[in-house]
Amino acid sequence: MNKEEPQKSDKDEPRIGIYICHCGKNIAGTVDSESVAEYAATLPNVVTAKDYLYTCSEPGQNMIRDDIKELGINRVVVAACTPKMHEQTFRKTISDAGLNPYVLEVANIREQCSWCHMKEKENATEKAKDLVRMAISRSRDLVPLERTTIPVDKSALVIGGGIAGIETALDMADAGLKVYLVERETSIGGKMAQLDKTFPTLDCSACILTPKMVNVSRHPDITLLTYSEVKNVDGYVGNFKVTVERKPRYVIEEACTGCGECSFVCPVRVPNEFDMNRGKRAAIYVPFPQAVPLKFTIDPEHCLYFKNKMCTTCKQLCPKNAVDYDQEPEILDLTVGSIVVASGCDTFDATKIPELGYGRYPNVITNMDFERIVNAGGPTEGHILRPSDNKEPKSVAIIQCVGARDEENELYCCRYGCMAAMKQAYLLKEKLGSDTDVYICYIDLRSFGKGYEEFYRKVRNMGVKFIRGQPSEVLQNPDGSLVFNVYNSNIARHMKITVDIVILTLALTPPKGIDELQRILRISRGADGYFLEAHVKLQPAETHTKGIMLAGTCMAPRDITDTVTHAANAAAKAIDLLAPGEVPIEPITAWVDEDICSGCGICWYICPYAAIKIVDVEGHSSAEVVDALCTGCGTCGAACPSNAITHRHYTSNQIMDMVIAALEG
Amino acid sequence: MTDAITVEKFADAKEFEPKIIGFLCNWCCYGGADMAGLGRMQYPTNIRIIRVMCSGRVDPQFILEAFRRGADGVFIGGCHLGDCHYVEGNYRTQRRIIILKEYLRSMNINPERLRLEWVSASEGEKFTRVVKDFVKVLKELGPFNDSS
Ligand SMILES: Cc1cc2nc3c(=O)[nH]c(=O)nc-3n(C[C@H](O)[C@H](O)[C@H](O)COP(=O)(O)OP(=O)(O)OC[C@H]3O[C@@H](n4cnc5c(N)ncnc54)[C@H](O)[C@@H]3O)c2cc1C
Ligand code: FES
Repeated sequence: MNKEEPQKSDKDEPRIGIYICHCGKNIAGTVDSESVAEYAATLPNVVTAKDYLYTCSEPGQNMIRDDIKELGINRVVVAACTPKMHEQTFRKTISDAGLNPYVLEVANIREQCSWCHMKEKENATEKAKDLVRMAISRSRDLVPLERTTIPVDKSALVIGGGIAGIETALDMADAGLKVYLVERETSIGGKMAQLDKTFPTLDCSACILTPKMVNVSRHPDITLLTYSEVKNVDGYVGNFKVTVERKPRYVIEEACTGCGECSFVCPVRVPNEFDMNRGKRAAIYVPFPQAVPLKFTIDPEHCLYFKNKMCTTCKQLCPKNAVDYDQEPEILDLTVGSIVVASGCDTFDATKIPELGYGRYPNVITNMDFERIVNAGGPTEGHILRPSDNKEPKSVAIIQCVGARDEENELYCCRYGCMAAMKQAYLLKEKLGSDTDVYICYIDLRSFGKGYEEFYRKVRNMGVKFIRGQPSEVLQNPDGSLVFNVYNSNIARHMKITVDIVILTLALTPPKGIDELQRILRISRGADGYFLEAHVKLQPAETHTKGIMLAGTCMAPRDITDTVTHAANAAAKAIDLLAPGEVPIEPITAWVDEDICSGCGICWYICPYAAIKIVDVEGHSSAEVVDALCTGCGTCGAACPSNAITHRHYTSNQIMDMVIAALEG
Repeated sequence: MTDAITVEKFADAKEFEPKIIGFLCNWCCYGGADMAGLGRMQYPTNIRIIRVMCSGRVDPQFILEAFRRGADGVFIGGCHLGDCHYVEGNYRTQRRIIILKEYLRSMNINPERLRLEWVSASEGEKFTRVVKDFVKVLKELGPFNDSS
């Protein structure tokens, strides 16, 4: 049976209170708020019209509450910043004073008026009057709506198992949520697992990360799904339906003990991606010894069995009989209440700037190459050697902002590169001796974090030479050494520098696969390509889609400290959301008037959520909306040929009111 | 349209400020318009924005009513195709607008007066650009009633 539609009764004569905000000078600097209020006072049904310095402040909200009580106001219009900012705030204000939260209307006279017409004060004021008139007009037709709640699944999906995903998963699981952590690669750890030391404290990266990785695998409330990808997401907050594909490892996870016997006997050796293709691995492998889970994986591209069925050595030797060449991908269907995206970032492809010689000259390496080279578990067991001849370098230059702060590539600052370069300079001096020449060529040095400036001073005192300027081209000498010219603006001089190794500090970029992930999750991305947060300052871990959070570098490049803070924020938001066991749903849904509906089924056909059923009502067929499935897009309302569908809170009357009011002026 | 009329229109255009009704979806284009403000990007004051949840909510009746009431142009802003918050609402919009433009043409209304744009929540710059351009186009077309 269709729920009774709340109607505006005749007795309910609108008594409108309208509040025009100055927002300090943000609005009043352009729009004459006082004259807008004077104008609004002349409009029908307006009982009071006031302008106020900061309407969202406590006294501002009190003013509205008092007016509701004292003047019997039953509609409230606030002309202020975007409703995305304070619609919820003011809904709360008026419901505290006894009104239904949905009899509020917000006119956006800041983002969509004063801020974008700063040089046209008169026109902006006229526009503000129009927007206020439109809002008042719509408010007359607003009706109270009842919020309902739906039960939620106290569980969460985390996409990506770098430090961000690890941190979020642990926080949420510790708070009692059931967590599924989906990682595309064979092990969790992300980029942090590849790092040697971390600035500014020079903590060994593995030493601080590995224990957390192990905690993830041991936690009773975390299901770790590595070598897996999210293929589809449906549903809504509290009840997301997620499809995950587990790629075949060709090794039975439950049986594998990680002993490594198989890898030892495998005759294949190929470059190891984890070591930036500098070390070698077998065709059955773990990317690094501390991998979690410590389960081997066969890489079918290189395994001889998959090539020509010639070799089955690993299968024969495995003491647990864990090798299974016939494994198939497995599909898992999960229901989760919330989703945290922690898909991280990639590093910039340095071959896109050919002048720097990466890929052409062996001694030009990236900073991630260096992390592996300097790491005791890396391809050279921690010995810093010149790739062309395996000799210890006498001089090294680090070039900053490769691909970052660059109009042709990424415009933004990578936010880790300056500190990472100083860390690497420190390690060079420490490992190769203080007589090694180390240069850092930079645009600006940014050492903004806690302990960062101190670290910079320490590195400078070690004798690292800071050159303010960027080389335009790196060339190779016949002996393999590298040479470049750079204009050092610190001393206003051209310099010619010859070094054994050049290290490129790479920008961070949105990761491969982000297009696909965006399509699956249907969340927005910013102009920089990263996922977009709900509010840059106030909701950095949330998205515009309720229930979907962001953690770490999938939202913007940043270092580990900031990634962990962000991840904890995302976890807290998911916990907050799911802890009560139910979430309120917006009553902004569609409603079918069965007396008018002819049962034609157009709405049934176009609804993307299958929220419409065709039912039999006293002998004729009619559409009916399933409230829990309806997301309130209103597409059905626009399509209904007989106007039988009401889109609550965006009714045709309410929208028409605004159209008419806009053109009255 | 003859050249003489165009020149005459042009002389008029200085005074003429087109009235635009904009229907913007909450999730993308409305956010893009907010982003334009946040970035203090400046554009002419001609547009009056009405927020709807999805561009798919925009009933052709709203658009026709706007023209009937004297709008010189109607702007519909939605998410990029594939990005609609409600999966496929904007595909519906796209189809409706194509048909509606045909209808406008048959009514002797220049279909350029109806503009559909995909603007994401981060594309403040794009929003500014398309509004400026739409205003320019409408100024060239002149007031709705005498040019249709
Ligand atoms: C050379 C270098 C040196 C650095 N040095 C330091 C340092 O000293 N100190 C410091 O604080 N920071 C440093 N950083 C920065 C640091 O690495 C990052 O801040 C941190 O690793 C970001 O973690 P994350 O979890 O956000 O992303 P990532 O580490 O990138 O993790 C993302 C994870 O998600 C997975 N994934 C991606 N897409 C999907 C998908 N669709 N489905 C499933 N899984 C997916 C990836 O496989 C990966 O495991 C350095 C970075 C570099 C490049
Ligand atoms: S929500 Fe933007 S077009 Fe559908």
